[in-house]
Amino acid sequence: MKDDKQIQRDATPIVRLDKNDNKQIQRDAAPIVRLDKVNKHFGELHVMRDIDLSVAPGEVVVIIGASGSGKSTLIRCVNGLEPFQSGRIEVDGKTLAPHGASGKSLQAVRTEVGMVFQQFNLFPHLSIRDNVTLAPRKVRGWSRRQANTTAERLLERVGIADQADKYPSQLSGGQQQRVALARALAMEPRLMLFDEPTSALDPEMIGEVLDAMRELAKDGMTMMIVTHEMGFAREVADRVVFVHGGEIVEQGTPEAVFDDPQHERTRAFLSRVLKH
Amino acid sequence: MDLHFQFDWQAAIASLPYLLKGVPYTLLISFGGLAIGFVIGMLFGLMRIAPSRWLRYPAVFYIEVFRGTPVLVQVLFIFYGLPTLLGGPIDALTAGIAAIALNAGAYISEIVRGGVQSIERGQREAGLSLGLSATQTFQYIIWPQALRRMIPALGNQGIVSIKDTSLFSVIGVGELVRQGQVYIAQTFTALEVYFMIALLYLAITLSLSMALSLLERKGLVG
Ligand SMILES: Nc1ncnc2c1ncn2[C@@H]1O[C@H](COP(=O)(O)OP(=O)(O)OP(=O)(O)O)[C@@H](O)[C@H]1O
Ligand SMILES: [Mg+2]
Repeated sequence: MKDDKQIQRDATPIVRLDKNDNKQIQRDAAPIVRLDKVNKHFGELHVMRDIDLSVAPGEVVVIIGASGSGKSTLIRCVNGLEPFQSGRIEVDGKTLAPHGASGKSLQAVRTEVGMVFQQFNLFPHLSIRDNVTLAPRKVRGWSRRQANTTAERLLERVGIADQADKYPSQLSGGQQQRVALARALAMEPRLMLFDEPTSALDPEMIGEVLDAMRELAKDGMTMMIVTHEMGFAREVADRVVFVHGGEIVEQGTPEAVFDDPQHERTRAFLSRVLKH
Repeated sequence: MDLHFQFDWQAAIASLPYLLKGVPYTLLISFGGLAIGFVIGMLFGLMRIAPSRWLRYPAVFYIEVFRGTPVLVQVLFIFYGLPTLLGGPIDALTAGIAAIALNAGAYISEIVRGGVQSIERGQREAGLSLGLSATQTFQYIIWPQALRRMIPALGNQGIVSIKDTSLFSVIGVGELVRQGQVYIAQTFTALEVYFMIALLYLAITLSLSMALSLLERKGLVG
C-alpha cells in the first residue's frame, strides 16, 4: 500500500513528509484544532477531564478507547455539537467558549468543519444530489449549477456518481456513508471529524468507506477519527490518542501506541480489542 | 296509519338544492378555521418545544384551555359572551371560523410538536454540522420531514373539525345542519333530510381523506 504511493517532496522546511506520502503535516503552522484544559460534565458524570489536544494542519489523529470513555463527546465538542463547561477550544482560529458559543460563531466554525456520523444521518427527503448541494447553496451561496458540478465530482470521487437522483433509502449502508462523506466535503472543510463511521455497517461494506477515507487522508485532509478499526488506525494515523475515563491517557505514533504502549490501561484496552 | 315508515327518496332528493346552500358555509367555516388553525398550531406547537419557558408556558396554557373545553362552549362564548366584553356584536360566521381555528389550533399544536419531535436528533446535528443555521436546519431538514409525518394526524383533525361545524347551527350560521333544520320545520321530512345531511358530510370528509392520502403517497419518497 505505501510503496505504490507517489512522494511529492516539498522544499519548505517547516513541512514534514509523513506516512501518507504525498501529504504534509504542517507541525510548525498554527494548529487547526486546539483544546485547552477542556472539562465537560453530563450532570454528575465528568466526561472530559482537562483535555489538552492540538491537531496540526494535515494531521490525521485517530482517537481510540473503550465504550463510554468520551471519544464521541470529545470530537463533538470540536464542532460545538456538545457544549462544555470550562477550558477553551480553538478551531481554525475561531474560539469556542464554554457554555455554548453564540450561534454565529458556532456556525462559522461548523462551516469549516465537516462531520461524518455513525448513523450517516443523510436527509431522507432529499435526493443524493440535494443532500450534497444543500449546504453549499444555502451557506456558501453557490448557484445550483456550481453546487451540482461539485457534487458530481465528489460523488464520483467516492464512487457513486450514477446514483445522484436516487434517495438515501435506495442505497446500501456503505454507499450512504460515502454520500455522507461527499456531503461534508462539498462544504470544502478545513477539518473532517469522523465518529465511528463504519460501526453501523455490514462487514462487507466497511472496506469501501475506509478506502474513501484513506484517499482523503492521502490528499492531505486534516482528520480526527474515532474508530474501532485498529488496522485502519495503524495504517492512516499520524497520531493515535487513547482515551480512558474522559482523560487522554496516552498518545503517540501508531507504532508507539500499538506496539509499545506505556500505560497499563492502554495495554489492557489493546489486548482486549486486538485479541480477535 | 301506516307504522311501517317508508324512506321517501323523492323527498330526500327534493331537499338537496336547499341543503346544498349550507355546504359553502360548512366548507368556509371548516377550511377557513383549519387554515388559521394550522398557522396557530405551527406557532404554538413550536413555542411548546422552545427552550425558553416564556414561550413554552403560554403555549401550554393555550393548548390545555382549548383542548380541555368543548368546541360548542367555545363558539357560544365567542358568539354570545365576547360581544359583551368587546361592546359590539360578532357575526355568526366569524364566530364559527374563530372557534374552529382556536380549537383545531390547540390540537394541531400537539400534532406539530409530535411531528417535529419525531425527527431523529441526528438530522438536526447533520444540518448544523454542515454550517446551516438553526433556522435553515429547521426550514430545509426538520420541517419538511415533520410535515410529511403529520399528514395522517392533520387529516384526522380536519375531519373532526368539519364535523364539529355541525354544532354551530346553535348560533344560527347557515351551515348544513342549520339548513336542514329550517327545511325540516317546513316539510317534516326529518329522516330523509338528516340522511342527506349525513351523506353530504361523508362526501366532504371522504374527499379530504382521499386528497390527503394522495398527497401522502405522492410525497412519499426516500
Ligand atoms: N447526552 C448525554 N447525557 C448524559 N450522558 C451522556 C450523554 N452522552 C454521553 N453520555 C455519557 O458520557 C460518557 C461518554 O460518552 P461518549 O458517547 O462520548 O463515549 P464514547 O467513547 O463515544 O463511547 P462509544 O464507544 O460507546 O461510542 C458515557 O458514559 C455516556 O453514557
Ligand atoms: Mg461514541
